[in-house]
Amino acid sequence: MSVRRLAAEQPEGFAFTPENLDWAQAVIKKYPEGRQASAVISLLWRAQEQNGGWVSEPALRYVADLLDMAYIRVYEIVTFYTMFNLQPVGRYYVQVCGTTPCMLNGAEDIKEACRKHIGPKDTVSEDGLFSWTEVECLGACVNAPMVQINKYYYEDLTPESLGSIIERLRKGEDVPPGPQDGRQGCAPKTGPNTLTDPAIYGSDESGPEPGYAGTSDPKSKMPGPY
Amino acid sequence: MPKIIIDDIEYDVPDGITLIQACELAGVEIPRFCFHERLSIAGNCRMCLVEVVGMPKPVASCAMSVNDLRPGLDGTPPTINTKSETTRRAQEGTLEFLLVNHPLDCPICDQGGECDLQDQAMAYGFDEGRFKDNKRAVEDKYLGPLIKTSMTRCIHCTRCVRFMTEVAGVQELGAIGRGEDMEITTYLERGLHSNLSANVVDLCPVGALTSKPYAFQARPWELTKTQSIDVMDAVGSSIRVDSRGKEVMRILPRINDAVNEEWLSDKARYIWDGLRTQRLDRPYMRKDGKLTPCNWDEAFAAIADRLKSSSGAKFGAIAGDLAAAEEMFALKMLAERLGSPNMDCRQAGAKFDPSLGRATYVFNTSIAGIEEADALLLVGCDPQIEAPVLNARIRKRWKQLEGHFPVGVIGADVDLTYPYVKLGAGPETLAEVASGKNGFAKTLKDAKKPMVVLGQAAFARPDGYEILALGARIVTERGAIDEGWNGFNVLHTAAARVAGLDLGFVPGEKGLDTGRMVKAAGTGELDVLYLLGADEIDVAALGDAFVIYQGSHGDKGAHRADVILPGAAFTEKEGTYVNTEGRAQMTARAIFPPGEAREDWTILRDLAKALGKPLDFETLRELRAKMYGAAPQLARLDTLEPADAGPIVKLASHAVAPEDSPFGLSIADYYLSNPIARASAIMASLSAMHADEEKATGTDG
Repeated sequence: MSVRRLAAEQPEGFAFTPENLDWAQAVIKKYPEGRQASAVISLLWRAQEQNGGWVSEPALRYVADLLDMAYIRVYEIVTFYTMFNLQPVGRYYVQVCGTTPCMLNGAEDIKEACRKHIGPKDTVSEDGLFSWTEVECLGACVNAPMVQINKYYYEDLTPESLGSIIERLRKGEDVPPGPQDGRQGCAPKTGPNTLTDPAIYGSDESGPEPGYAGTSDPKSKMPGPY
Repeated sequence: MPKIIIDDIEYDVPDGITLIQACELAGVEIPRFCFHERLSIAGNCRMCLVEVVGMPKPVASCAMSVNDLRPGLDGTPPTINTKSETTRRAQEGTLEFLLVNHPLDCPICDQGGECDLQDQAMAYGFDEGRFKDNKRAVEDKYLGPLIKTSMTRCIHCTRCVRFMTEVAGVQELGAIGRGEDMEITTYLERGLHSNLSANVVDLCPVGALTSKPYAFQARPWELTKTQSIDVMDAVGSSIRVDSRGKEVMRILPRINDAVNEEWLSDKARYIWDGLRTQRLDRPYMRKDGKLTPCNWDEAFAAIADRLKSSSGAKFGAIAGDLAAAEEMFALKMLAERLGSPNMDCRQAGAKFDPSLGRATYVFNTSIAGIEEADALLLVGCDPQIEAPVLNARIRKRWKQLEGHFPVGVIGADVDLTYPYVKLGAGPETLAEVASGKNGFAKTLKDAKKPMVVLGQAAFARPDGYEILALGARIVTERGAIDEGWNGFNVLHTAAARVAGLDLGFVPGEKGLDTGRMVKAAGTGELDVLYLLGADEIDVAALGDAFVIYQGSHGDKGAHRADVILPGAAFTEKEGTYVNTEGRAQMTARAIFPPGEAREDWTILRDLAKALGKPLDFETLRELRAKMYGAAPQLARLDTLEPADAGPIVKLASHAVAPEDSPFGLSIADYYLSNPIARASAIMASLSAMHADEEKATGTDG
């Protein structure tokens, strides 16, 4: 992590859309009288979403005013939580997991692919569509290496598959999230290696589906209460 | 009272204190950086770790209450070892980590010689460093013209953040990038906007926040320390004047729980450069319309010459805001010798009358007494400007009561540091509260210890006396005067005022007050006007009167004067000042007056001799003996005795018919309110900064 500062170039102003403002008022109401500052993270997050993925200085002030907080208090919060982007990001914001399991599985190559297809870290590509950064563990270690693009996880990546995702997104195509090597969810990559004895599944002779330890309806196949 | 064993000795300690305070009571010093008695507990520096027997790890003694410890298995009281190997290693380790990112630039750091980190590294640290890595560097921040920053030195104790938020009541400082990259800053480096901001310089345990005007001026061991009293406002904060040779190098607060706790307003702290400039260092007299230097005898002769062709009734004397009791008493004696009843110490024209009784012009509740009050009405005053330290005390009370401290304001819109209800702008509202028509009257009535504070803006107007009576009526009828409680308070803005009123430095029978003296001088009814440091009057309106100016600075009064008698500033004489509570205190001489300037009482003594009307004292001792005879309360230094509340009750029955013009503000420009402040470049820069911001934002913030 490095020193986080507000962006040098800032938009003129910021205001919630009427829908977001209604939503914000509802969130504020969740907290007791005088404790409205508790809503600050929810509101900042919504402001970031509305603002195209980053918190601008006017947005920061807008949220502070909405909650009757001192600007410095909100400033403290946005500089602490790295989920708040203080610099503009691309339309597709790629967060590359660089923590140990991903790193061992080739996160360095994934970063190299990002550099190749998007550009240097933390800079928006020329077409404004992409930017990427490295983040700490996103909790999908079993599918390492992986990235998060906006709200979705793209897992089991290779530099080539990530490159293709980026290029398809660039063309405006829909790219389904999840494992990119045909794997189902986070099932073992090499097919089932435990609970493979068909006998344990009682009268049902079919056994587990190939490549997947469970079934689409686990309750019917799994032994004992689930 | 929990029992606790500290270093093998058993103590009974008060409930609810922390281990660090218990150790302090036991006379054991625990090193600390973030802990401060008057701020909330942060517990983030970890320097105060001690071993508590039975605890798996060393405990931060600043954050652990004595009530939260369990006794030993055999029933022995909780045991703390502050000198054990565990404690020593814990403290050494903490210090080593603190020094990892702290630059070892003590030789070029202004804090050197009075630095907590330096001292504690000597006492508790290793003799050498073991870290070879690069140190962190942090950009310096702009915190206004008073505070210099070297943020690489910051150890993130957050004392400054807590002070600004809790005591000064201004949420401007904060810690961004909390974690390894934590930095202390204001929002977008906009500077601090508080009249107490420079206290963070004292609080900073390292050299991260130092005094900008004092930067690289002196080392603490070169300075002579003199304990004195501040005169920039009527609070009379306890100060320490640090001087080197013939110059005051800086002013720091002293701890005085009854008055300023340990805070000091920015103005009182940074007035020192004004003590060096614009000084009157020799007598002057006007020859052919031009002020020319002369010697003392010539100056006295000129005055004697002018007085010969005048009469006592045509002599007037006005005492300024910074005059000490001694010289006012001497000037009063001189005026009486000359047969003049024309004298006044109320430059702004506030309608106080000492003959009514002392309770009608002092802050009866006392500053420490604010911490007992449970409702407050502010009338025509802005304590945040007029007495920043006193305002911090009100805020402290507001915090103690967790916000359940109703504050009503009658007067101009002010920016206090606690919420208040604006009741109205002028005497009408005051009359409504007095008659019970206003809702706040009930609040005051329901409160057990209500306070009413009347400011100078309420008195310095033609109907000031009526306002005073209205205030007295509110206080008596709302039950603010009771056994052991007097809620009638006058907040003065000038250090000299209460002493002047105590001494009766007001017009005698058929005497003229300040306003009428100025007018009479303009029309020629007054021949000679003696200004004792009085600059806040309209000097252009003095007509052809012969003006004698005695004072320390070449300000408005001196420019108009016909004879200038150079006097001493408050750091250059032993003078008695009475603060707004009625507490007599004495300044001490830190340095000598410049050039031929003299202590003011000697000037008046020698002038009287030259006029052939010697005063009946020769030494300061004799003068004080006479003065104490006239006003015995001045002899009881540093003590406060409650004034008899009787006069307030009597005043309450006075028929009331105030005007309906709203109250204004008593101080137009806080930073330029007296001759010393007007000579100070630092004050001028502060004044300019605030003027710019007002222009930019259109507010008074």
